[in-house]
Amino acid sequence: MDTFAFIKARDVSHAIQAASQSNTAQQGAEVRFVAGGTTLIDLMKLSVERPSQVIDINHLPLDNVEKLPDGRLKIGALVRNFDLAHHEIVQNEYSVLSQALLAGASAQLRNMATTAGNLLQRTRCVYFRNTAMACNKREPGSGCSAIEGDNRTLAILGTSSNCIATNPSDMNVALTALEATIHVQDKNGQRDIPIDDFFVVPGSTPQRENVLEPGDLITHVTLPPSRHGTKYAYLKLRDRASYEFALASAAVVADVVDNKFNRVRIALGGVGTKPWRSREAEQALEGRTVDQSVFREAAVAALSEARPQSENGFKIELAQRCLAHALTLATETA
Amino acid sequence: MATIRNTVPATVGGSLPRIDGPLKVSGAAMYTSDHHFPGMLYAVPVCSTIAKGRIASLDSSVAVEMPGIQAVYHQGNIGPLFRSAPASGLSAYLDERRPPLEDDVIRYYGQYVAVVIAQTFEQAVAAASAVKVVYTEEKPDARTHLDPDGKPSVDSSRGTPDEVFASASIKHDETYGTPVETHNPIELHASVAVWDGQSFTLYETSQGVVNHREVLAQMLGVPQENVRVISRFLGSGFGGKLFPWPHSALAAAASRNLNRPVKLVVSRQMMFQNVGHRPRTQQRVRLSATAEGRLTSLQHDYLNHTSILDDYKENCGEATTYLYGTPNLRVTSGLVRRNIGTPTSMRGPGAVPGLFATESAMDELAIKLKMDPVELRLLNEPEKDEGNDLPFSSRHLSECLTIGARKFGWSQRTPEVGSMKKDGLTLGWGMASCSWIAERVSTEATVDLRNDGTARVSCATQDIGTGTYTILAQIVSEKTGLPLDKIEVVLGDTALPPGPISGGSWATASVIPAVSQAAQNAMQVVLTAATKGKNSPFSGQETDALNFENGQVYLKEKGGETGVAFHDILKQSNINAASGSGKSEGTFGSTAPRKYSTHSFGAQFAEVTWQPEIARLRVNRVVTVIDAGRIMNSRPARNQIEGSVVMGVGMALFEKTTYDPRQGAPINSNLADYIVATHADSPEIDVTFLDYPDLVLNEFGARGIGEIGHAGIASAITSAVYHATGVRVRELPVHIEDLLAHT
Ligand SMILES: Cc1cc2nc3c(=O)[nH]c(=O)nc-3n(C[C@H](O)[C@H](O)[C@H](O)COP(=O)(O)OP(=O)(O)OC[C@H]3O[C@@H](n4cnc5c(N)ncnc54)[C@H](O)[C@@H]3O)c2cc1C
Ligand code: SF4
Repeated sequence: MDTFAFIKARDVSHAIQAASQSNTAQQGAEVRFVAGGTTLIDLMKLSVERPSQVIDINHLPLDNVEKLPDGRLKIGALVRNFDLAHHEIVQNEYSVLSQALLAGASAQLRNMATTAGNLLQRTRCVYFRNTAMACNKREPGSGCSAIEGDNRTLAILGTSSNCIATNPSDMNVALTALEATIHVQDKNGQRDIPIDDFFVVPGSTPQRENVLEPGDLITHVTLPPSRHGTKYAYLKLRDRASYEFALASAAVVADVVDNKFNRVRIALGGVGTKPWRSREAEQALEGRTVDQSVFREAAVAALSEARPQSENGFKIELAQRCLAHALTLATETA
Repeated sequence: MATIRNTVPATVGGSLPRIDGPLKVSGAAMYTSDHHFPGMLYAVPVCSTIAKGRIASLDSSVAVEMPGIQAVYHQGNIGPLFRSAPASGLSAYLDERRPPLEDDVIRYYGQYVAVVIAQTFEQAVAAASAVKVVYTEEKPDARTHLDPDGKPSVDSSRGTPDEVFASASIKHDETYGTPVETHNPIELHASVAVWDGQSFTLYETSQGVVNHREVLAQMLGVPQENVRVISRFLGSGFGGKLFPWPHSALAAAASRNLNRPVKLVVSRQMMFQNVGHRPRTQQRVRLSATAEGRLTSLQHDYLNHTSILDDYKENCGEATTYLYGTPNLRVTSGLVRRNIGTPTSMRGPGAVPGLFATESAMDELAIKLKMDPVELRLLNEPEKDEGNDLPFSSRHLSECLTIGARKFGWSQRTPEVGSMKKDGLTLGWGMASCSWIAERVSTEATVDLRNDGTARVSCATQDIGTGTYTILAQIVSEKTGLPLDKIEVVLGDTALPPGPISGGSWATASVIPAVSQAAQNAMQVVLTAATKGKNSPFSGQETDALNFENGQVYLKEKGGETGVAFHDILKQSNINAASGSGKSEGTFGSTAPRKYSTHSFGAQFAEVTWQPEIARLRVNRVVTVIDAGRIMNSRPARNQIEGSVVMGVGMALFEKTTYDPRQGAPINSNLADYIVATHADSPEIDVTFLDYPDLVLNEFGARGIGEIGHAGIASAITSAVYHATGVRVRELPVHIEDLLAHT
């Protein structure tokens, strides 16, 4: 039987010390933190994650949402998705994050899921989750079953010949458009990592999804100060009406002055191997008039690098419509 | 026999909550896998990871040494497991006839190759993954496209459809497809087997305990009386639990070998591999019509896949022969073998995928004719069942169509594609007819009237979540006048008088005659006691002079004032219970000549909303009108139709089991990747029952309502999708990508 030691971290440094004994913080890690457990326990049951030690961090004091003196918003790693989505400041000043969280999973899961856990949730590629199948992400070098198999839900941006798995999170898309910073603590101190540098594309090492090293504990996430009047939208498209991962999603964070886009941040979900910041779309929008044809131009630009697989070519058009409509929704709100 | 009249307000036909509801919501209802016994062991099967080939070697040496392991069984050491010899009809019936572990040939992905028995579930899971199996692998065939393996067989034929079609000027010829669907009831299949040294008690997730006993007795090689099968509550089945599956034999054999109770719960992944599915169907439909819209010919040629060893036929032509009138018709069928587990019945087997094809074709024909699709159906209403040349016992399809059209507001429909808008959305309206069999199977039941004033009714049928407990109580209440809370219902146990499988929508129709007769006989026993008992006030009377009403016995000529409670009569004679039994014959599979064609009918109307800018399609509202005979209890009945409609949304838009073309593995084998409709996908549903009793079937005129609501709905939805988008989807489910390309 796959037995594992289960320990309750006494404090942050105990957690870090225990986890730093691991060989990796990526796929195949011997030591894993458990927060809400909705990803980790699930994958342990499938024998996809087989840690020999699980460190419970749930009682660490990382569950606050607070406004810092400089106006940034600090979100603790253990804040539950439900609490974050319904937090007054988030709803009033960063509504795109609230919308994205509420578009994800189900009420029960959101009650358990945490900020850090959501950041680190794993791909839903069916071959990754099935140990009888070849998968480079799970077992480096074994091959990618998805490329010539069932890949309808998988990525079209940031893929490699080794892996085409999507980062399935909704929250991460909003955080990317909000230019969040991930704050990580290890034995030597704190690192502040912009979210776009936190996640990495698969390349030749799909088992590596982010820059975390053994012992790294995410303590919190910060959002830049909100600006008055910023327009937001999160739009998620999927087959059924709820409780399904995105086929395509888009987060829009846009400042509009005199009916012209000023500063715009765009991120796409469901189509990229990481939460997909689209600088191409941002460039196509900034300085331009708020107009459907401009939306469409930005949407085409966002997908210009897309490389479809056998079954997911439709995602190009779908993601384009998604972004164009998210821009419509963002700009039609007062 | 005395006339036993009953003038209490009828409970039959009411709207009553389920009598088993409190047990379920309080968690007191014991489902199969809830059973636990001292010393119980856990079984976990080892599943093949190839779909075609042979087991070259199987090494359990590591597994057997692991903690808690009691045994690892595989071919050669499981002990005797026999084939259940096919009998007639649904006796000793199962879809996968090969007993588990019979040989070393692998014919589908996930086939059981061993089973591990351990003290805990976790130990068993761990050891199962430590059993090392080496296979000689061959390339499996799990292709979706079906080419006929041989000559198709003719299911039904009349007139000269080929010639008429060939020379027709208005005709339609298209092929429709439905994918493999997996039942996915929330309750997983499970067996808890208890061997006591001589006989088995098997707690099973079964929609048919009597048949389950017949099959397992044969497979285990023991007399039937040494097997008792129990299934008190079911977390639904949708047909997937009608017949036994191999895991049941594995659990029973292990229990016998180890002399300990054994529990085996099939995993969600195994549900996609080892316990059946609705097979893939591919159906060519050819129609021709006069310019006025009269059908001049109809041809329905369908194929479905089946497994390598078993011949499961999805009877897609079920409703084709009688739904509409046409002088020229032919229905043919064919099986195509795939390296996939054996298919089985799934809600509305045959008719549901069949009607998707034929009703879609009718909609397309209506468009060609520039005719309203409701009108086209009304015009082709037959006088009789032209398939078997019999009158219908009770057919009101036209009324379903006209009432449905009125309730839906169909006359407001403008037929041009994309022409209807509301709140910035494009609307699509579509409709279809539906039909389902109305049969009975042989049933026995016992009613005890007890001297504490209560009644007990028992029958070895099952309540699969549909309301059967309540229906039996209603029948007894109707007959005896006892209130529902004085009636105990006992089901789901082969120790009881044999009852019907819970399938074919026939449980209600089947139990009515037997239970009524049993109640009648029990009341007669009370009356006899009243006339014979020395201390009875009716001592010396003829039973004919007495009435049994409202739980009271009284003299007819003196009326109600002379009434004595039936339990007082029993007590006066020191009788514990007056027992009556009833028995009725079946119509299904019977060789007796039929006088009538008995079927249920209905009409489905669906509205979809389409938002091209984000490719969002939703089913917004459904109006369903059902002609299913007398409705015994409208609350669970409505619930059945609503559930069927929601499942139909899943069939039309979401559900599809995908097989990896290389390994032949069902790859979306979990509830996140096999998409079913959620609450958010459920449309507003308006259900109407016509409520015409069909007295040919039983004295209350009840048919069945479990499957009819699932028929036709997918076609109503795809027709609505066409109306909104101009895209005709003939291969289910409708995917976003089908619509994106054209809008
Ligand atoms: C059925 C289902 C449907 C879902 N649908 C959606 C959906 O539609 N959209 C969506 O976005 N998500 C969806 N999810 C995913 C869900 O959002 C994630 O499972 C959840 O956010 C993970 O959070 P958790 O706290 O439970 O993480 P855990 O499972 O506890 O942890 C996940 C990973 O993060 C690591 N970790 C946790 N905390 C820290 C920390 N502080 N520092 C370092 N590492 C840490 C753990 O070691 C583990 O590797 C779904 C999940 C399920 C099961
Ligand atoms: S896409 Fe990535 S996760 Fe999926 S099978 Fe290929 S390597 Fe594995």
